[in-house]
Formats: sequence, structure tokens, C-alpha cells
Amino acid sequence: MSRKLRKLIIEVVAVLASIVIFWVPLYFVMLTAMKSAQEASEMNLAWPSNFQLWQNIKDVIAFRDFMLVRALWNSSVLTVLSIMAMVVVSSMAAFVMQRRKDKATPWISFFVLSGLIIPPAIVPTIWVLNELHLFKTMTGLVLVEVALGFPFCVLLYRGFMATIPREIDEAAVVDGFGGYRLFFTIIFPLLQPVTATIIVTQSVFIFNDFTNPLYFLPGSKNVTVQLTLYNFTSQFISQWNLLFTDILLITIPPLLLFLFFNKKIVAGMTSGSVKG
Amino acid sequence: MTKVFKRIYTYNFLLPAAIIYIIIFIVPTIMSFFFSMTRWTLSDWEYIGLENFITFFQEPSLSIGFRNTFVYAVVTCSLKVVGGLLLGVFLTGNIRTKDYLRSVVFFPTLVSTIAVGIAFSMMMHPTTGLFNMALARIGIEGPDWLGDTRIALLSVAWVDVWKGVGLATVIYIAGIMAIPQEYYEALQIDGGNAWNKFWNIIVPLSRPATNAVIILAFIGGLRSFDLIWAMTRGGPGFATDVIASIIYKQYQGGFYGLATAGNVILFLFVTAIVYPLSRYLTRKEVDL
Repeated sequence: MSRKLRKLIIEVVAVLASIVIFWVPLYFVMLTAMKSAQEASEMNLAWPSNFQLWQNIKDVIAFRDFMLVRALWNSSVLTVLSIMAMVVVSSMAAFVMQRRKDKATPWISFFVLSGLIIPPAIVPTIWVLNELHLFKTMTGLVLVEVALGFPFCVLLYRGFMATIPREIDEAAVVDGFGGYRLFFTIIFPLLQPVTATIIVTQSVFIFNDFTNPLYFLPGSKNVTVQLTLYNFTSQFISQWNLLFTDILLITIPPLLLFLFFNKKIVAGMTSGSVKG
Repeated sequence: MTKVFKRIYTYNFLLPAAIIYIIIFIVPTIMSFFFSMTRWTLSDWEYIGLENFITFFQEPSLSIGFRNTFVYAVVTCSLKVVGGLLLGVFLTGNIRTKDYLRSVVFFPTLVSTIAVGIAFSMMMHPTTGLFNMALARIGIEGPDWLGDTRIALLSVAWVDVWKGVGLATVIYIAGIMAIPQEYYEALQIDGGNAWNKFWNIIVPLSRPATNAVIILAFIGGLRSFDLIWAMTRGGPGFATDVIASIIYKQYQGGFYGLATAGNVILFLFVTAIVYPLSRYLTRKEVDL
């Protein structure tokens, strides 16, 4: 067999495998979301006899006083606020941690990076938030997301900061710039590529986060999209079609982000680590 | 100049991050050592020494969490390393559908874990699920993926790999693309075949990528909670209970001290494994 033919066969097999492994589950979710409750409970890949995606969407949105709408709003607020705080706070910290060299800096790095390994102590965190009257509040959850995402963001920012020459800082100082003006008018804009990576990856992560809202933002008023899925599993036990409609609806935001930034995410992540 | 720069790179920049990080992360971590030794109602506590830990280790339903956590982490981590490496090699090769395949492999990373868990637990239904329907077509009677205590944990682990192998692949793609072309040219002159290229060049020289994947996947595996919770809630029995799910159950039951003891155990468990592991891996990396 010629090399060319063999390569072609391997490639065809790979594409077929990708369809079975990745597209069939997605197709299954979409199909189930279009079915009636009874047909959905059969869990198969049969084409729906009655196409009722629109009805399912209306049902799932109206369920429990428009809980899903509130959840989408809560999740969006959570994601946007967390990302904004995270970007500002981490880039500022990374600036000093990368530029400044004295006795304390290795210790600061050690404490920050240990956050990547250590599992967060959950109930004591609830206790702290409770003492601060921030338990079950959006502010509290935002702070948790920022604190837990901070080590990873610092890692990325520091790596990139190292490629920005110090001569820029020196020139700015000669021109009479202070620290804040230097950082916010010169350094921060230069960090834009990493900031973009952080915004995309962390917003998907926070939007999809289940564990933290489960612990730190309980209560049906505060529900986030991932918690709707969790709540619906018990409620919709005989209505898989609605559960899957919910899955479909809340997968759309990350999916859109993926479609827009697909090349950028994969390329950004690969080129970023090649440099580092 | 140094004095000027001390003023420019002022620690004030660290302040907002430090306040949030210390209050929300460092303080609870330190406090957990204390609260793990109490009977605790959030407002009130009673010091009981190591009783929570003794309970944890004596009750089979709790200590099974160790074994499961470890098995789960090892299985998912090794499958992600092998899968990520093979996919990485394949997707850096000269193929036309490269862009499409890279996107498809990475896509599950972006979908919510809970959604993935629900969809797969439905596909793994013993009688009507897709998996067993497909197996029945070719005359095999499929197992009860999530209901059989012997394989339930592994079934969840496979879904974890399905979802997470994309990230491992991306890291490997970066690592493999960083290997200088000269190595391949030298191999060609020496008359090496595809196997030599894989085993003698790609595997050893993508070592940094391997280390990153191992550490990431291992930490993730030891801490995993949401997928397991979405698919099995720790069941059947305690067959898929991991330390993180036990913590949640104890928290739900109002046993805050016991839940926190679980947290401390997880903390010690993760540090005791990951710290030496990363030291070992990076030393090997330098030896190259």
C-alpha cells in the first residue's frame, strides 16, 4: 500500500472517530431537547416524531417563576464582576512580584503559588464569609472566585511581564512617571494578549463553576445556571427533555465564546507555553 | 536608582490582591486545622481533639474515599498523559483535518461538567442507554456502567478523560512544536523510523509538557467533585465516594467539624503526593 493511501485511511478513521466520540453525545443532547417527555425517556437517537424544541424552551424558561432567567442573570453578573476584579488585582500584583527583588518576594511567590495546589478549606471559608456578613451574597462569591483564580492569573501575567523590557520602566521614571501612572498607562495596555487569554479561559471556567456557587451561594433566589441543572435533575426526573433543553441553553454562551475565540484560545495557549 | 524603584514597585500594588487572598484563602486554610478538631456549628465550637480524624479513618464509608480518590486520580491522570501524547503527536503531524480535529478535541473542555455528567449518565443507562444499545447491536451485553460497584468509579473516570484530554493535548501540541527540527534531521541521516522518532525524540523532549500534564491532571483528579457528584452522588453505596464528595455530604449533614477534618486530610493528601512528585519530575527534566 502506498504511503499516501495509508495516510488518507488514517485520516478518514480519525475523522470518523471524532464524529462518534464527540459529535454523537452532542447530537444526543440536541435531539433529546427537541423531544416530548415520553420520547426523551427512551434515551435513544431516534428522530423525534413531534418536533417541540420551542415548546421545551418555553417550558424550561417558565419553570419555577423563571428561575432560569434569574440564573442566567446571576451567572452573567458573577462572571463579569469576577473577571474584572481578577484582571485588575492579579495584574497589579504580578507587576510587583515580577519586577521587585528583595527578601520577601520568594515568600510571596511561595504563598501565591501554593494556591494552585492546596484544596480550598470550604467550611472555614463559609465561616469567614459569615463573620463578614458576605455569606450567601454575590459579593462573597465574587471574592471567592477572585481568590481562587488569582494564583493562576498571576502565573500567566508574571510570565508575560518578564518579556516586557525594564528599560520601559526606566524611561518612564526618567520622564517623571510614578508607579501607578507607569502601570496603568504603559504596562497594563501592553499586557493585553494575556488579559485576553485570562478573560476567555476564566469566564468559561466561572460560568461553568458548580462547586463554589453550591457552597457559597445557596438558596433559590441566588441560583446560578449550573445549579439550575442540579436542581432540575431531581425535579425533572421524568422530563429529560426539559433537563436537556436546559443543558442546551446554558451551553450556548460558552459555545459562542468558543466559536469566536476557538483559534485564539488554542493558538494562544500553545504559543504562550512555547515561549515560556 | 534602587530607592526610586522601591517606590515605583511599591507593595501597594499587592494590597488589593493580598487582602482578598489572605482573608478568603489563607485564613480559612489555617483555621481549618483548628476547626477540624472541634464539634462545630459555625457559631459555636467545642474542642474534641483528634476525634474527627479517628471517626474519619475508622468508618469504612469515609475511609473508602481515600482509596477511591487515589484510584480516580491515577487512572484519569495516566489516561490523559497517554491520550494527550498520542493525540498531540497525531495533531502535529502532516494532516489536512488538523484544525478541525484540534477544535473538536478541545471542545469538551468548555462545556459545563455538570451538563457532561448528566448527559453521560443517561447514555450509560444499563438498559436504554446509548452505550449498551450500541453494544447490543454487535451482540454484547453491556455492563451496568454506573450501577455496578466494581466499575462505577472507572466509568466516571472515562468521562473525566473524555472531557479533559483536550487540555492535555493542547499542552502536548505546544511541547512537541517546540522541539527543534534538527533532531528529526539527525534521525533521518541515521536512518531512524517513525517509531524511533516517537520514542527517542518526541517522548523524551516533550518531557516538560508531560510534567505539566501530570501535575495538572493529578491535582485535578485528587480534588475532583462535580463530575462525580453529577453522575453518581458517590453511589452506588459508597463505590464512587471521593474525599471531596464526603466533605460535601458531611457539610450537608451539618457535621462541619468532620467536613473540615476531611478538608485537612485532603490538604495533607494532595501536598504529600504532589510536592514530592513535582520535585521528582523537575529534577528529571534538568537531568536531560
